[in-house]
Formats: sequence, C-alpha cells, structure tokens
Amino acid sequence: MQDFGAAFGLAFHLITSGDSALTEIVLLSLRVSLTAVLLACVVGLPVGAAVAVGRFRGRGLATVILNSMMGLPPVVIGLLLYLTFSNAGPLGALELLYTPGAMIVAQAVLVAPIVAALARQVIDDLHREYDEQLRSLGVGPWRTIATVLWDARYSLLTVSLAGFGRAIAEVGAVIIVGGNINHVTRVMTTAIALETSKGDLALALALGMILISIAVAVNAGVMALKATASRSAYA
Amino acid sequence: MSPNKSKINALAIGLFAAALSLSFSTPSRAGDKFIVVQSTTSTQNSGLLDYMLPKFTKKTGIQVRVVAVGTGQALKNARNGDGDVVLVHAKPAELKFVREGWGVKRYDVMYNDFIIVGPSKDPAHIAGMKNAPAALTKIAQAKAPFASRGDNSGTYKKEMALWKDTKINPKAHSGRWYRETGSGMGATLNAAVGMGAYTLTDRGTWISFKNKDHFKILVQGDPNLFNQYGVILVNPAKHPNVKVKWGREFINWITGPEGQAVIASYRLHGKQLFHPNAHRAHAGSSKKQQHG
Amino acid sequence: MLDAAMPKSDFSAANTPPPRRASLLVAEGLCFEANGHRLIASLDLQLDQGSRSVIMGPNGAGKSLLLRLIHGLLKPSAGSVAWAGCDVGRATKQRQAMVFQRPVLLRRSAAANVRYAMAVHAVPRHEREARLQFVLQAAGLEHLAAKPARVLSGGEQQRLAIARALSIRPQVLFLDEPTASLDPASTLAVENLIQHAHAAGTKIVLVTHDIGQAKRIADDVVFMYRGQVEEHSSADKFFGNARSARAQAYLDGRIVL
Repeated sequence: MQDFGAAFGLAFHLITSGDSALTEIVLLSLRVSLTAVLLACVVGLPVGAAVAVGRFRGRGLATVILNSMMGLPPVVIGLLLYLTFSNAGPLGALELLYTPGAMIVAQAVLVAPIVAALARQVIDDLHREYDEQLRSLGVGPWRTIATVLWDARYSLLTVSLAGFGRAIAEVGAVIIVGGNINHVTRVMTTAIALETSKGDLALALALGMILISIAVAVNAGVMALKATASRSAYA
Repeated sequence: MSPNKSKINALAIGLFAAALSLSFSTPSRAGDKFIVVQSTTSTQNSGLLDYMLPKFTKKTGIQVRVVAVGTGQALKNARNGDGDVVLVHAKPAELKFVREGWGVKRYDVMYNDFIIVGPSKDPAHIAGMKNAPAALTKIAQAKAPFASRGDNSGTYKKEMALWKDTKINPKAHSGRWYRETGSGMGATLNAAVGMGAYTLTDRGTWISFKNKDHFKILVQGDPNLFNQYGVILVNPAKHPNVKVKWGREFINWITGPEGQAVIASYRLHGKQLFHPNAHRAHAGSSKKQQHG
Repeated sequence: MLDAAMPKSDFSAANTPPPRRASLLVAEGLCFEANGHRLIASLDLQLDQGSRSVIMGPNGAGKSLLLRLIHGLLKPSAGSVAWAGCDVGRATKQRQAMVFQRPVLLRRSAAANVRYAMAVHAVPRHEREARLQFVLQAAGLEHLAAKPARVLSGGEQQRLAIARALSIRPQVLFLDEPTASLDPASTLAVENLIQHAHAAGTKIVLVTHDIGQAKRIADDVVFMYRGQVEEHSSADKFFGNARSARAQAYLDGRIVL
C-alpha cells in the first residue's frame, strides 16, 4: 500500500506547516476530551472510592455493575444522548445538541464508569492497607474516602489516563451528538471518519498518526509526573 | 514540605490549569448567528458545501452548521426539530415530509446523477450500458458482488427503485453476492473497492473519492439515474425553535441567482459536479429575497 | 536525650486522672468467632488504669485478636467491653491509639502523618505545631520531618507511628508486637518511647513475644492460651513463679501446645 508512505509524509507536512484547520481540530479534541475526563473524575473517583471503602449491602453488585459499565457501547450512549438532547427530547431546551457541550457529556458518560471501576481497584488495595489504622484513629467514612483519594492520587492519574485514552479515541458517540460540523464539532476522530468516507485514506491515516502522537504525548507527560512522584515515594 | 513535593504539586497544578484553560478559553466561532442544516454525505463529501457555504456566510453573517448523514436520518433528525433546514436528495420522501407538516415547502436546488461503478475487469460485462435496470439484471445473473448502502439514504432509495424495475428482489440474495454495508456512501465505496463489488453512487462523491484503485464508471446517462436535490425549511409550527428568518435567507440564497451560480461554478478535477435547476423560488416573505 | 525532651505534663492523658488501681477496662464474657471457630471464648479481663499491661502467650492464643476487641477494631460475637464504665465505641476511641506490628503510614511526609492524626482528633490548630515538634523530638525524628514517611527505615517508621499515636495524647496506647521486626537499637528506642509515654500517664497495653521486653516493661502480665486468659498476675509474680504450668513452660522456652 502506497498509502502508508503518503500518510507519513502528509502527517509530517501537516504538523510542520502548522495547518490551521488541523490546529483547530486538535484543540477541540483536547478541549472536549480533557473536560470530559475532568467531569468523569469529579463523579467517578468519589464513586469508585465509596464502593471500595463503603461497607454497604449490594457492594458486590455495585462492583459488578461498575466493571461492566466500562464497556458501554459509544453508539448506544450517543443515541441515548441524542434522544435526550434532541429538540423533541426531554433536555432539548438546553440546546446542547450539535455543540461541544454535548460531546463532552457523551464522553464523560463513557469515561466515568472506567474511572470509577479502575479507581475502585486502586483504592481497594490502598484501603486494605489503611483500614485498621484509620479506624483506630477514629476516621469516619467520608474522611476515609478523602484520605485514600488523596494518597492514591498518583495512581489515580493513571486511571484518568485510561479514561482520556478512551475519550480521545472515541468516535461513535460524538459523531451522533456532535454532528461532525466543520469548525464547530469536528474533532480528530470524526475528521478521520470523514476523510475515510471520502476515500482519502492517506489523509485519514495521517490524522490518525497525529491523534496517536497526541495520546502518546499526554501519556508521557502524566507518566513523567508520576515517575517523579514515585521517586520521592509518594506514589 | 520538601522541595521535591512542592515541585510535583506545582507540575500537577500546572497540568490541571492547562486542561482547564483549554476547556474554557476556546471561544465559539461566529457568535450565535447560525443555522443547522441537516444534509447528506454526498453534498459534504463532494466538497460542494465547503466551497459554497463560506460565500453565503460572508454575505449574510449567518454561519451554516452542516450535519451530514443519510437522507433518511437527516429527515428524521429534522422531524425531531434538530435542524432548521434540510438539503437532501430523495424527492418522494421529501414531499412526504412536507405533506406531514414537518417542512414548510420543498424547492428544487440542483441535480447531479447516479452512476454504477465497478472493477475494470467487469465480470458482469455491463461497461457502456445506458440502461441501469438492465445492467443490474446482468449483475444479478452473473452473481457478481454488488455493494448496497443498505441504509435509508437517498442513494439507497434510488437503488431500490431501480431494482424494482428489474423484477429482481436483491434482498433475497443478501449476504451472498448482494452485500448491504449499512454505511455512508464513502464507506460503501471503500467496501466495494475492497470486495471488487459493483455499486451505485452519486457522481459527486465518486469524483471526489480518492480511493478509486482500479474502479471506474461503467454505467451512466440513463434518465433513471437523475439525482435531484431539494431544500426544505423545517416547519416552525411544529418546532418553534426553528430559525425561520435565517433559514429562509439560506433557502433564498441557494435557490437564487447567486447561490445557483456558485453551484454551477464548483469544479472538482476540472469537472462540474452539480447542475443548478431551481425555478426562481421564493421561500417566503423575507425582505432579503430580492437581492441580485 | 529523651528524658530532657519529655516533661511529664506533655503526655498527661486526662485532665483529672481517675484514682490509681481503679479498673479502667472491664471485659466480660468476651467471645469472638470466625468461620465457625471460637477464637476467643468467654474471656473475662480487667485492666487497671495507669499500669503497663503486657499480653503474652503462644502463637494463635488470640493476643492480637484480644487487643483489637478491646480497642474496638473488631466487634465481639458476644460479651462486652467497657472503658471506665463506657461502652467501647467512637467516644472512647477518641482517647485511644494503636500501633501495629508493621507501621501503617500514610503516603505523606513524616510531619504530615502526625498532623493528620491531630486533625482527625480535632486538636486545636494553635497547639498542633508545638505538639508535632514535641513528639518528633521525642521520637528522635525531627530532622526527618519533611521526608516521605515511607522512605524511612523500619525503626524510624515505627517510632513515627508511635509519635503519631502520642500526638493525640491517648489515655491508652495499644501496641501489637511493635518491635517484632526491628533491630536491637531500634527496639531500644521504641521501648524508651513507650516508657516515657507511660511515665506521662498513658496506659500501656502491649502484645509481645519477647520475654526480655515483657520483663523490661510489664507491671502486670496477661498470659493467654487458646482464646482464654490463662493467668493474669503482677510482673513480679509472673516472672518469679507463674501460677500456670503452661505459662511457666512458655517462660522456660518450651513449646506450649
């Protein structure tokens, strides 16, 4: 396939020439996915911690549900949110459909269970270690959650990275609720889908390479942060 | 606090702040003056919209946000009130949409034509045929692979109409030589090229399609293959949020002399893709309509 | 060094200490079962205010379990534990602290570990820095205050755990084999800390396997065997002439089945 070579050249050219359309799409992708991950963490981390720390009836079931929700199908979530945000839907008045806001909500819904489920695992391990000591100190359940969240923060960075990976790579939900509108809701993945449908496989592949590079760069940055932390034994 | 820890915290806070500022700093473009047009992949993939819409926005200040899906889904979305204007190509479905009260009135905009493309080896020997149903019949007899959109798009509706003329029910062979991709035109062309299958496509998408490989146009010129595009304002009586004034402005422009001239002037690889054929339409009592 | 650093008043546990020799802890008919096994069976125990009580006994006798039951970390299957007449619970736990065999330190600096305990126990803010400096100095850790707790050596970690426990000025300090995995120098440092906490009025309840340590610390010894208190005597009596044959065998270094 000559497309590979062409794609490499094109990707290189797009990056070095500072193509403004590309810059716009990349920034929107980052904006949407980072905000979505942030939202997902605000919701998912406490939920994961609560399931890990709490001693309540149905905790096993909650764990099973969290773990299976990690695999929510994006297209289904996209469709459900489309029906919700559509003008004919219950939240149509918010006028979120075909805006980055809707895409953020869609990705946050997809990512929150991943964050919660992985956080539960990380925090469960830490809580096993801390449990007796904290109870001996007389620490209540809310403070216990806050404590394990804080002390696991560098491990939880990895968790949020997994969420970011899912968000930035996701196409099925954002193309439905975002509409892939040029200059408004076109992100890396929907642009790739569009170029593929135009048969411009080289450009699609070039965009794909750039998307992967962004994911690698974000991961590298966060892992470097985590490594610095580990070296000083905070992790 | 050790210097190491404060360094880490500073780094973490920096990353967080960067994420936040990214989230909230990007301003939305062109303010709030925009309309949403539910349209089809063929208009988008051909590049016509990217060529045409900036000219409209420049003149009127109205940004046009295009959601490109199949004709069926475009009409469905518009029915839900998720759009101000539809620009699609399946006349019977469009008329039904208006008849049921979802749209105000339908106007012709332009046409192009459908073609049958296929591998240059042409196992069913249809190259050069002028009669599309006859060509499909030969494909079916040869059991040569045929890729169908298999969705609710305008192209699919056209394909179904052609099969109806052949008296062959291709769906009875689905999964064998008749393959329904359930995808957009571009994805279906990619699949057809991959499988060496014949397929029906609009000429615009085909000309702008870059992954042609050894495929070429085999059947064209049948009056049956005429592909008419229409534009409809979504009915504000059904959905009060429809931006009537700007929607009418858009319809008047695209069916008026200026828009029609722009459509006629669009060339891809030196070829004209769309032929304007609006009949001096007026989309209502907008004051803007008398320009040009 | 420790003596100079430790005025008694700073560890004084209660504002008005109850009269000496009064029973501080009363456990009655204490039972604990897990997976159908009776690990503690109808155990009665009284511990006095102010003394250094050492719990001894062969492996599996239920020493650590008893410690957790009277501290309130575990709920007994039957029976009751009362501290100075109050049911064991959060109210009494406010004045208790426990140090585990393997210190559990938060992933924070040494100082932050101590501050955390004081914050949980609502120590008035203006007192916290002074107390922090005091307990770190007592534990000989002031130069390590800013270090992440988890990079400290084993001995330093255990001293930090005790310093953290003492920062809340507990009435009772429970220690579950705190020196089991420490070298002699660290063991000595930990024992000194325990002695000084006691000198300041804190009740000590120590589980240990180390007979020498028991002899160095104990005022009274609780000898456990198979989930029961086999003997509870003063240290003099116990080490001089234990009533129980099993206790004597244990002290003689024989295996007690």
